[in-house]
Amino acid sequence: MNGQAWLLLLDGAWTTLWISGTAIAIGVVLGLGVALLRMARIPFLDQLLVVYVSLARATPLVTLVLFIFLSAPTLGLNLDRNTAAILALTLNTAAFNAEVWRAAFLSFSREQREAALACGMTDRLFFRRIMLPQMVTTSLPGLVNEMSFIIKSSPAIAVIGIVDLTRVTNRITAVTYEPLPPILAAGLLYMLIVGVLIKLQAIAERKANRLAM
Amino acid sequence: MSEWAIVWEARGAILDGFYNTLILFGLSVTLAFVLGCAFAYWLETRNPATLALRGFINCMRMLPFLILAYLLYYGLPSLGLRLNAWTAGLIALVVYYGAYFGEVLRGARLVLPEGQVEAAKAHGFTGFKVFRRIVLPQLIIKTRPLMGNLLILCLKDTAFLTIITVQELTAAANSVQSTYFVPMEAFVVVILLYWLISICLELALKWAGRFGAKRGFEHV
Repeated sequence: MNGQAWLLLLDGAWTTLWISGTAIAIGVVLGLGVALLRMARIPFLDQLLVVYVSLARATPLVTLVLFIFLSAPTLGLNLDRNTAAILALTLNTAAFNAEVWRAAFLSFSREQREAALACGMTDRLFFRRIMLPQMVTTSLPGLVNEMSFIIKSSPAIAVIGIVDLTRVTNRITAVTYEPLPPILAAGLLYMLIVGVLIKLQAIAERKANRLAM
Repeated sequence: MSEWAIVWEARGAILDGFYNTLILFGLSVTLAFVLGCAFAYWLETRNPATLALRGFINCMRMLPFLILAYLLYYGLPSLGLRLNAWTAGLIALVVYYGAYFGEVLRGARLVLPEGQVEAAKAHGFTGFKVFRRIVLPQLIIKTRPLMGNLLILCLKDTAFLTIITVQELTAAANSVQSTYFVPMEAFVVVILLYWLISICLELALKWAGRFGAKRGFEHV
């Protein structure tokens, strides 16, 4: 492996990172939205969201990526590879994040709400000033855990031809005829990325434990 | 409607993929579970090899599954060991999820009251017997929800094997859609099949939870 191979690997790592990063950013917010809608218990929509969460959690990412990328044209949508990949990762991670957010909702103490209302806060103000900040702290470990899961399943986007950190090893092998070094190097880079996330999760957990709930 | 009819005509291919996924999943989960238990027992004993095992498990937790499959399928031949795609995929699943099962059991072992082991030793149980009769059953019952999550993760990771050309369910859908050009319908059917398996798994877990409650381990 020479310098150029490493550059290719770093390029692949960047592709993995920006695609999963975008999906994570949208997915966290979307997950909160889904959790909020589910807490509102709107008939029909609630059942629909339950089905969505259950389906998205059961569908393998590879299948989902292929499904979105291949069936979008039959619906008249023209998605390029990156958009399809981001869409698939987002749909997947949002479902898991929704469950994390919902758990935080369900475990939120009722007394705080009563106290806030007694102090004259409106529901909206209570949510923004009291509930959300605490929920962010308690959900963060779960959310970061889900982020490392999405990084670990992001090689699924290679199936539609995106040259991510996994697929780039095939490219390097095609030139060098030595498959082992690039795969090991890619593994090292993945361990680096996920290792950072695991460290962040530990920090987030320590912070969440400090919050007495 | 004719697209659905085409998928129905191609049901043979999809069912073949379905069986293959089920076999891969069942076999790998069973073997990985045994391997995980072996890892947990290995971690009971204190020797330098334990540290190596901890390092290995941590590595697996940080690696994507596909990288391991690539290592076995594309990497090993250069060391002179050539596996076919199916075997490489199966071994990758077993090793990867063995490490995860081991980690889950280890986490539960840390919070198991030490008094139980001491009491068992006082009753004359020897090392392996303590583990097999006292420690392991409790760990397994207690970690049931986490194990369930691992089962579903493992089911989903079998789909990665389509990238190393294993003919499983996703590969079947892909070949059906490329032959007849019915992408939407083929994948909808396959996703529903995955959903079906995971719903069955969840029901089995709920049933197992009742077993756990009957033994007084949790309050459902």
